[in-house]
Amino acid sequence: MYMMKTTFISVLAAFFLMTTIVYSQDEEKTLLDKKVPDVQLKNTEGETVHTGSLENDGKPIIISFWATWCTPCKKELNTINDMYIDWQDETGVRLVAVSIDDERTKNRVVPYVDSKSWEYQVLLDPNGELKRAMGVNNVPHTFLIDGEGNIVYSHNNYAPGDEYELYDKILELTESSDE
Amino acid sequence: MKRKIIALCFVFSSLTWTTLLGQGSISGNLETVYQYLVSDSAINALQPDEESLINSYMNINYRNQGFKAGVRFEAYMPRILGYPDRFDGAGLGYRYFGYENDLVDITVGNFYEQFGSGLIFRAYEDRALGFDNMMNGIKVNLRPYKGVTLKTVYGRQRFSFVDGKNNYAPGIVRGVDLEFNLNEWFPKLSEKKWRITAAGSFVSKYQEDKNTQYVLPENTGSYGGRLELAYKKFFLNGEYIIKEQDPSQDNAFIYNYGKGILINAGYSQKGLGVLLSAKSIDNMSFRSDRNATLQDVTVGFIPPLTKTHTYNLVATLYPYASQPNGEVAFQADVIYKIKRGSKLGGKYGTDVSLNYSTAYEPLKRTAGISANDSTRVAYESRLFDKSDLLYWRDINVQIKRKLNKKWTLKLNYFNISMNNDVLKLTNEKGIIESHIGVLDVEYKINRKHTVRAELQGLWTVNNKDRGDWATAIVEYTISPDWFFSAIFQSNYGNPIAEDRINYPMIFVGKIWGATRLQAGYGRQNAGLFCVGGVCRFVPASNGLTVTFSHSF
Repeated sequence: MYMMKTTFISVLAAFFLMTTIVYSQDEEKTLLDKKVPDVQLKNTEGETVHTGSLENDGKPIIISFWATWCTPCKKELNTINDMYIDWQDETGVRLVAVSIDDERTKNRVVPYVDSKSWEYQVLLDPNGELKRAMGVNNVPHTFLIDGEGNIVYSHNNYAPGDEYELYDKILELTESSDE
Repeated sequence: MKRKIIALCFVFSSLTWTTLLGQGSISGNLETVYQYLVSDSAINALQPDEESLINSYMNINYRNQGFKAGVRFEAYMPRILGYPDRFDGAGLGYRYFGYENDLVDITVGNFYEQFGSGLIFRAYEDRALGFDNMMNGIKVNLRPYKGVTLKTVYGRQRFSFVDGKNNYAPGIVRGVDLEFNLNEWFPKLSEKKWRITAAGSFVSKYQEDKNTQYVLPENTGSYGGRLELAYKKFFLNGEYIIKEQDPSQDNAFIYNYGKGILINAGYSQKGLGVLLSAKSIDNMSFRSDRNATLQDVTVGFIPPLTKTHTYNLVATLYPYASQPNGEVAFQADVIYKIKRGSKLGGKYGTDVSLNYSTAYEPLKRTAGISANDSTRVAYESRLFDKSDLLYWRDINVQIKRKLNKKWTLKLNYFNISMNNDVLKLTNEKGIIESHIGVLDVEYKINRKHTVRAELQGLWTVNNKDRGDWATAIVEYTISPDWFFSAIFQSNYGNPIAEDRINYPMIFVGKIWGATRLQAGYGRQNAGLFCVGGVCRFVPASNGLTVTFSHSF
């Protein structure tokens, strides 16, 4: 037990030391430039989806963590849903809604999504695997992924109007890739 | 010796890390809750000796292609008010190494996992509740063939975190779960719009028998299966689990088998969603320590079949918690959108949701059974065989309508009956029935500024328990980074005049992308804080609470 702890501490120490070295060596690529971690989740059809290979033909992807019991989450996703057609026409963006509902409310996800006619890809994360891997503290938490799969923006909260800020960020991405 | 190891590790890892780091990535988060509390005689709140309290967590995950590793530092100096008393000190609460490719996924150290609905096995974390029954051991998941997933777990569960160190439960938990996705084998199913998944699980725990009174089974097995069917827009899923003899503190050391079943059926289309659920549980408390109580070291998870309410008075005063010793419960849920443009629906359409949930005592037949004979089988029971004793009933309706570009209105009504002899939330006897109404109004001033207000009233039938309550909330948000809110709660109808207490609080928060800082000041009502059917009692308090969270 004690051995394990010392090993861990030394590994960590090395880790942080090396982090600084790497930072100084390579300014372009840093450790915190990150991609979506690869976790296997099921979609609402019961199929396994590798989150690491989510892609959208070089166009941006929004990953939004939500739950059926989270009022601001539903407000955010319903608001975006009303504008989704325009957003897709203008930027080609795709939204992946990751539900963190556990067994208590997981079965509500499909009826809710269908009744609201969401056009999003919906993934189920009932035991918080992707939530943990992406460092999400609480929902709603929205990530924006650029065409190369890099996480370029994230926002934890939803207040009416936040969708405009998100859309501005998407436009920044698509406009810079057009140049 | 130890130093040599450290040095070796250091050199080795330095070399490895330098070459690897360029490609890997780090992610994680940080969360801190700080409280400064004062004494308040009206609510019997005393200032703690330390005056201020803090809980802090930092998760760091590293991934590089298939390799993964992570740690979580935790600090309770001391723990915040109402947090379970098994947490103190600072240290490493969670660490793991792992490797993953298309075939295998191996984790050594601490891990979380769930089999099926979790009824047989669920290791998870709910930090807000102080719930964390993570495993310490090894997990190997295999995908040997298309459509086949094999999960295996072996380890001991975290019981407490004392002086900055994890303590694990005495029992060892071993489990295996095998799942088949039949659509991967028979593509015709998908063509015909069918989806079928079948799975089976086995979980066993070992705990040494130190009891002098009984001969206890040291190994207790639990097994069962589940099936998920879907055809077009219909779905039906269910799981049935049997648990072998497991005498414990929870079931008063009886030798009955336990059983539990969960069934869900649903249908959905544009504008309509319907969900029906049923559950029958008997003697299903399953922990990796037979003497454990409260929320400690649970192996299985029994989801309550009730809607998760979010409005303050509905969520905190009379919530329901699953009864592992036995309950028979049903739930129906309907979500409907009245079409836009219709007379009833208005310009934008109107959302209506209805929910009904109920739970009863299961019937335990004792005819012909002598409770004190050597078998110690205390009763006989059958699935869905219920008595007339009500544990819980909740009928609620919500209507939401956007009136125009500026105004959105929500009306809610709840009728909740809760058997306090079973749930024991307060000292009141019998069933407490309450009517709750909530009016929720949102006004958009412009693109970025929004005001929202809630008016809530709770009235108990015959003025039982603490009588009538009201809550008013005003919230002002400036997108994307500020929020302000004020909440005023009053127990104005308490039958005892001096307990008619008011609880005012104010909150302010600032958000920078993935970073969030929030401060709240005022008097907070005592209440049950529940997530996913697990609850923690938080005593009344008066003071300042600051929450900081950051993701990276």
